[in-house]
Amino acid sequence: MSSYTRTSRKRPLSFYLLGGLTALFLVYVYAPMVCLYILSFQGPEGGMSFPMVGWSTHWFRTLFSGEGQGLGDVPNAFQRSIRLAACTAVLTLVISVTAGLAYRRRFPGSGLVFYAAIASMVLPGIFVGFGIALMFNLLGWQVSWFTSGIGAQLTWTLPFGLLIMFIVLGRFRSSYEEAAIDLGASASQRFRWVILPIILPGVIGIAMAGLTSSYEETARTSLNVGTGNTMPMEVMGLLNAASTPVLFAIGTLTTLISFSLIILSLVVMTHLARRRSMRTNA
Amino acid sequence: MLSSQTSPSRAAIPPKLASVLQVTPMALVFLLLVIVPLGLIFVVSFLDYNFAQVFPELYLETWVDVLTSDLTLALYLKTFKFLVIVWVITAPLGFAIAYFLAFHLRSTWLRTLLVTAIAIPFWTSGPIRMVSWVPLLGREGVVNQALMGMGITDEPLGWLMYSEFAVLVAYVQMLTMPMIATALNSMAKIPPSVIQAAQDAGASEWQIVRDLIFPLVRPGLAIGTIIVTTAIMGDVVMVKFMGGSQVNTVGMSIITDLNAFMYPPAAAKSILLLVVVLSIVISLLRFADIRKELRS
Repeated sequence: MSSYTRTSRKRPLSFYLLGGLTALFLVYVYAPMVCLYILSFQGPEGGMSFPMVGWSTHWFRTLFSGEGQGLGDVPNAFQRSIRLAACTAVLTLVISVTAGLAYRRRFPGSGLVFYAAIASMVLPGIFVGFGIALMFNLLGWQVSWFTSGIGAQLTWTLPFGLLIMFIVLGRFRSSYEEAAIDLGASASQRFRWVILPIILPGVIGIAMAGLTSSYEETARTSLNVGTGNTMPMEVMGLLNAASTPVLFAIGTLTTLISFSLIILSLVVMTHLARRRSMRTNA
Repeated sequence: MLSSQTSPSRAAIPPKLASVLQVTPMALVFLLLVIVPLGLIFVVSFLDYNFAQVFPELYLETWVDVLTSDLTLALYLKTFKFLVIVWVITAPLGFAIAYFLAFHLRSTWLRTLLVTAIAIPFWTSGPIRMVSWVPLLGREGVVNQALMGMGITDEPLGWLMYSEFAVLVAYVQMLTMPMIATALNSMAKIPPSVIQAAQDAGASEWQIVRDLIFPLVRPGLAIGTIIVTTAIMGDVVMVKFMGGSQVNTVGMSIITDLNAFMYPPAAAKSILLLVVVLSIVISLLRFADIRKELRS
């Protein structure tokens, strides 16, 4: 790709203009979040905007003590969201990987499931959420996070899981599997020892995408979790009652958690990919 | 795709059946949680109702109301206005940044670093990302303080936050990333030799971008546009918070009905929204084959 520019050593003007544009865009994206992190260390007397009235960890302590005005039900909402995200991630992983494997052959109904996935992805979230809540309502079932909640989130995470599988398997060289077939490996052996190790980084990607998008999702989830909020709903509620920098402390903490998760999964994925390429090139 | 016929005969399940079994869990989820609810919404939109109750009687007034009301038209115009403004900003911006990343950066690790930096905000909490605009755009926010400090205004500008402007600012922050990603994906597939050939033939950078790269990236931009369209047409969260309940869109009007337990009008409005979104998506798909775009 870079050979486009490699021919001429001198950078064209467009390099500086577009580089500047990219830098400005990053400032635009990150500046508000950086302000939020800084303001979460606001002193006890400080408010929701600059200037800083001293520095303290007061608002984090307020958050952890669980007492204080405008705090709502954050600890419970957080627990609920984590459980929901963990269940959704595991289900997304298993269902997407098996469905992805199905698409390596032609089979009746393949187009139908593919377009159902695309439909599920492009349908407005509230629409899907409303439909599921309506179905439970008409059947006389109670909505709860464990049934309709997970179900609603799967309609959002599965299409992405399937698309990631398409990308992963599109890069998969079938010669490895053919070699295993020639050596007499059974289907389960081929999956366990050949396919899975090669696609593992992608599989972890699916689980992470499931985990984070479940934790973030509100439109589909809100009508389907029953009593009690999930974390984003709780934060939205606090926003409307908005009050103190304790909100910013929540923001700093959640960002820290999701950053750690993203970095951890990137490290694991690159490690696996590197080990794989070293072995196959050897 | 694979020659399963050559596998040992101990495979008890025929390959096609194996595929069908493998796809069954996913098919069931989509059938029970997307297709069936979709049908139910359609049915309910034709039913009679009063407060918090739906009667099994045919009632067409809901649809007549939705389809003839000036409010519906106004809501769609407002939502389309957001969509057009956001698209006009994010598509060129996404193309330009993707072009910079793909063709100007020589170091691979710097490109990876920047792509990650651009992707990360997309994965961090939506509500948190929204509340982070308050210290910047709020009445006592950085922007207002700076404007007053420089003597440009005497009193804080109220329209920076909780307004249509704020909704647009948040949309652009969120939706430029998918444009960059899909454009970059298309650009990565352009063979360097093609560009080399154009350069050798004496084409300027602008000519290469206009006549070579742009046509090849159009499918990627079409998919980015689909993501932006569905995100904005279906959005309620961003409008609700950034607009501070001052801004009404199609999605918001559905939420208002749902909160009032008025299911049939909510259902009719949802079906209409679905038809509009799908028509846009289908017409955009003429520019791009999704399955082909995914292949690297």
